[in-house]
Amino acid sequence: MRTCAVMSSQKKVNSWARKRTSQDSSSYQTRLSAWRVKEDLNDSKSISKCGQNNTVEDCEGADGQTENALQIALRYFEKGPIKTSQNKEKHLKTVENVAWKNGLAPEGIDILLSVALSGKFGSAVNTRIFKCMIPATLISEDSVVKAVSWLCAGKCSGSTKVLFYRWLVAMFDFIDHKEQINLLYGFFFASLQDDALCPYVCHLLYLLTKKENVKPFRVRKLLDLQAKMGMQPHLQALLSLYKFFVPTLISVSLPMKKKIYFKNSENLWQTALLALRSRNQGFPSEPLKLMLANVYPIKRKWNSHSIIPVLNSCNYSKESRKKRMNLSDYFSSNGSFPLEQLKSFPQLLQNIHCLELPSQMGAVLNSSLLLHYINCVRDESVLLRLYHWLSQTLQEECIWYKVNNYDHGKEFANFLDTILRAECFLQEGFYSCEAFLYKSLPLWDGLCCRSQFLQLVSWIPFSSFSEVKPLLFDHLSRLFFTSSIFFKCSVLQCLKELLQNWLLWLSMDVHVKSVRNSPLETTLGGSMNSVSELIHYVGWLSTTAVRLESNRTFLLHFILDFYEKVCDIYINYNLPLVVLFPPGVFYPVLLSLDSSILNQLCYIMDRYHKNLTAAKKNEFIHKTKSEFSFSSKTYQEFNQYLTAMVGCLWTSKPFQKGLYIDPEVLGNASVAEYKKSLNLVHHPAFLSYTVSFLLQKQPSSSHPAPSCRLILRPAGIRRRHRSTLESGSWRALKPGSPLLESNTPFLLFSLAFPGFRPCAPAWCLC
Amino acid sequence: MDSYDAPELTPRQDASSRLKDFFIGATPLQKRLESVRKQTSFIPTPPRRKIPQGSQLQEDVDPQKFAVLLHKQWTLYSLTPLYKFSYTDFKEYSKLLTAFIAAEKKKGLAVEVGDDFNIKVVFSTLMGVKGTERDPEAFLVQILSKSQLPSEHKEGKVLWTGWFCCVFGDSLLETVSEDFTCLPLFLANGAETNTAIIGTWFQKTFDCYFRPLAISSFNLSWMAAMWTACKMDHYMATTEFLWSVPCSPHSLDISYAIHPEDAKALWDNVHKTPGEVTQEEVDLFMDCLYSHFHRHFKIHLSATRLVRVSTSVASAHTDGKIKILCPKYLIGVLAYLTELAVFQIE
Repeated sequence: MRTCAVMSSQKKVNSWARKRTSQDSSSYQTRLSAWRVKEDLNDSKSISKCGQNNTVEDCEGADGQTENALQIALRYFEKGPIKTSQNKEKHLKTVENVAWKNGLAPEGIDILLSVALSGKFGSAVNTRIFKCMIPATLISEDSVVKAVSWLCAGKCSGSTKVLFYRWLVAMFDFIDHKEQINLLYGFFFASLQDDALCPYVCHLLYLLTKKENVKPFRVRKLLDLQAKMGMQPHLQALLSLYKFFVPTLISVSLPMKKKIYFKNSENLWQTALLALRSRNQGFPSEPLKLMLANVYPIKRKWNSHSIIPVLNSCNYSKESRKKRMNLSDYFSSNGSFPLEQLKSFPQLLQNIHCLELPSQMGAVLNSSLLLHYINCVRDESVLLRLYHWLSQTLQEECIWYKVNNYDHGKEFANFLDTILRAECFLQEGFYSCEAFLYKSLPLWDGLCCRSQFLQLVSWIPFSSFSEVKPLLFDHLSRLFFTSSIFFKCSVLQCLKELLQNWLLWLSMDVHVKSVRNSPLETTLGGSMNSVSELIHYVGWLSTTAVRLESNRTFLLHFILDFYEKVCDIYINYNLPLVVLFPPGVFYPVLLSLDSSILNQLCYIMDRYHKNLTAAKKNEFIHKTKSEFSFSSKTYQEFNQYLTAMVGCLWTSKPFQKGLYIDPEVLGNASVAEYKKSLNLVHHPAFLSYTVSFLLQKQPSSSHPAPSCRLILRPAGIRRRHRSTLESGSWRALKPGSPLLESNTPFLLFSLAFPGFRPCAPAWCLC
Repeated sequence: MDSYDAPELTPRQDASSRLKDFFIGATPLQKRLESVRKQTSFIPTPPRRKIPQGSQLQEDVDPQKFAVLLHKQWTLYSLTPLYKFSYTDFKEYSKLLTAFIAAEKKKGLAVEVGDDFNIKVVFSTLMGVKGTERDPEAFLVQILSKSQLPSEHKEGKVLWTGWFCCVFGDSLLETVSEDFTCLPLFLANGAETNTAIIGTWFQKTFDCYFRPLAISSFNLSWMAAMWTACKMDHYMATTEFLWSVPCSPHSLDISYAIHPEDAKALWDNVHKTPGEVTQEEVDLFMDCLYSHFHRHFKIHLSATRLVRVSTSVASAHTDGKIKILCPKYLIGVLAYLTELAVFQIE
């Protein structure tokens, strides 16, 4: 699809381009329809055919009559004019009716074309004939060749000729083959001389031109015409196509604004063609439109018209190299596949070895197919070109580098979005983006393009955390502590994504298991260290943030979201790592007054429990003391948290282990009965559940309080819901669903800890 | 980008092992990142540099070519490595570039490549403009106007000149593969529109990227010190500094001219390590100038911004403009500019 890249973006362009591809005899559309015609011809020799998709009834009723009438009419036209004009009108009507309803078979078109161009009838009749020359399926190439020979006979008027070319352009897609027509290229080209024909011939040539057709003498002729006629859009179109094929022969620079080369409104057969297309349904026209939508935004500076360059295959360097090519080069370059024709993934797979790469590598950002290519290419120079282009462009465009350049803010944000989409598509960060972050993060105000910028952070490729920390994360934490709670939450979110990306990459990498010796820490242990440093860093951020924001629930949610990822590393990613949250996170969460926070905490503790158990089990099975056995410290820490949690929520002995507060202090604070006030029944966080339960049970009751405590039957409930847990569906339960109706928090807790018994030590991990 | 709905289709496996390569630091790309990290984490410029030596020009230098480079004001650009650039294709390039310029000037009108235009682009190498053997050869591009009358000079007036060079660009050379030609410094003299057209052509043809190269005050003071340190047989110009005070409505410029021999005397007092310039020496040199100025005018120049430095060796403006006066130290000046350009690329 060469046309697209040369020309400005236009829907029309795409549709021509589609026509151009259909030239190719191997193209799907042409083949399919050609096959249909063959079938038609074999089955019946009748001239009139019903359209492919017509129902049987349509054909049957008037079928015999119309068919005959059409045959008679055609025979009448073939013989030439007879004096009685009444007949002529009648026959013309017949043909028009059939044509507009079902279209005409190739034979019918063949006859009518000869009639119209042979000058047997007047030009009024010829015009009417042309207007109704609508194919049912296809037009045979031979008819067109015959028609061209009629043109040479010079029997038709100028206006008929114009009409013929317009018809040919409109019907170009429906001609079954184009090889022979292409042989007439010279003839068509000579017709450019005719001023009236020139625009239409240009359009035809535009559709017909192949690389072989571009010759120096033709270029010269076109330039002469241009000199004579001035800057005509149709000539420009043809010249730019020529330039596209042979850039060394011609140079043209196109105005940046969108340009319509050929007017679509001149197509007389528009509606008929639409009907025809829908009849001939089944060719893949839709996906093509999506590709290669090159848009030129306003010109900004001399460097580029848009930030991302337009996709063009290498022209100049390749052409200039040709002279010195030796035999092997010829063999290898013969099958080279121009990018502009690349439309689908299968095409990419077939031609991946001989793809012509874009002249400016930055263009790949706009093409998902080429991103696939980038993903598996091992050619270092491709990646280096992209690296250089991207890092320079990012720095040049970065708005906080420049004073008073905030007008480009939106453009920069869009550019970042494009990069992020590409990174997300590849599931991999670009090194140039990382390098850009090193330079730009210290200067960032935390506001400009915040979401994009933080997403860039989350796509930093996996590397040693301690190495990256002074370059990135120290600057980030400075911003973190001095910004609003919303900024803090979005940073935590982005760090969660970063962790996830790293974990995914590592879990893939562990399976790949490419063993290498290298001075850098590429061992699994080194990688795990890096991840755990990241987690500790976030723990440190969270601890401080919780204090700064005085335990805001909103913030706690984001922190716990992060730890939901952390607690499951061993099981979900199969990586030997369990890192617990710091006390500064655990205790504020445990004492939170929000039920959903407590719920999340229970879930996380449960997952930690499962992960640690699994780790312990594996260690036990393999016996071998691998380098990744967890220190007993992790288990002790977990047990401590769990004991504190149980003491607080279950056994009504808070503030004794882990979270120790001197009873005297509590006494001084004059908190009566502090021991029970934090257990499941009295916990203020669960008050809302209790109330909603009571309202449901006794909507009209005036004294609901007492029934609250009667419901607690721990053992029974526990037994009943074991199965729920085992099926793994308990998290999906919402308050209000039947199982949780009685006392949600308790259920959550008992479900989270199936082996739960009031005395802690038995299920503590040692 | 058309759709991103199927990221799972990408061959992760492959990418992953490729990333592994990068991680190990085996690839040029990884080397690049490493060097960026180093640059960002430490002081941006090394604390000591060599004083330019006079005798670095090689024997096979064409003095006439050199004359083109001197006494002209050049606008500086940094340039990423050129992909598939070949020194043997200059003829072809000049043909294509001529046609490209002609086409750009008559927007919308197609022109034949190899046609006769009233301009001509000439590519030629600048032999000897390099620091080490590894540095790629510098080259010059000129737009000449063709005179209509054939009887006049064969070659017409020079409309625009630009040249590409790399002097001691080792740090950059190490990180690229052989398909690339590293000429990180580009200098242009002539109409900005021509620079734009030619830059665009280079960007399209060799997948490179031009960025204007500004010189910070910090680097200007380095230049002042290094150039003052150069031994001169005779001084052609006074040493002059220009400071800018940001105030409205117009900024106030303070010019400070010193006799070059006085400047050299000051430098010799400050200078300790033979053959080298250190950061401390640069700071001390500038501080001496500041305190001298303060004693006379009670103005703290350290609170203003240095925008221009001119010496007998060369003069430089913070906008990224440079004029080289002394052929003897051409290579030395270019070496520092190359360093700045490489820093900007990384």
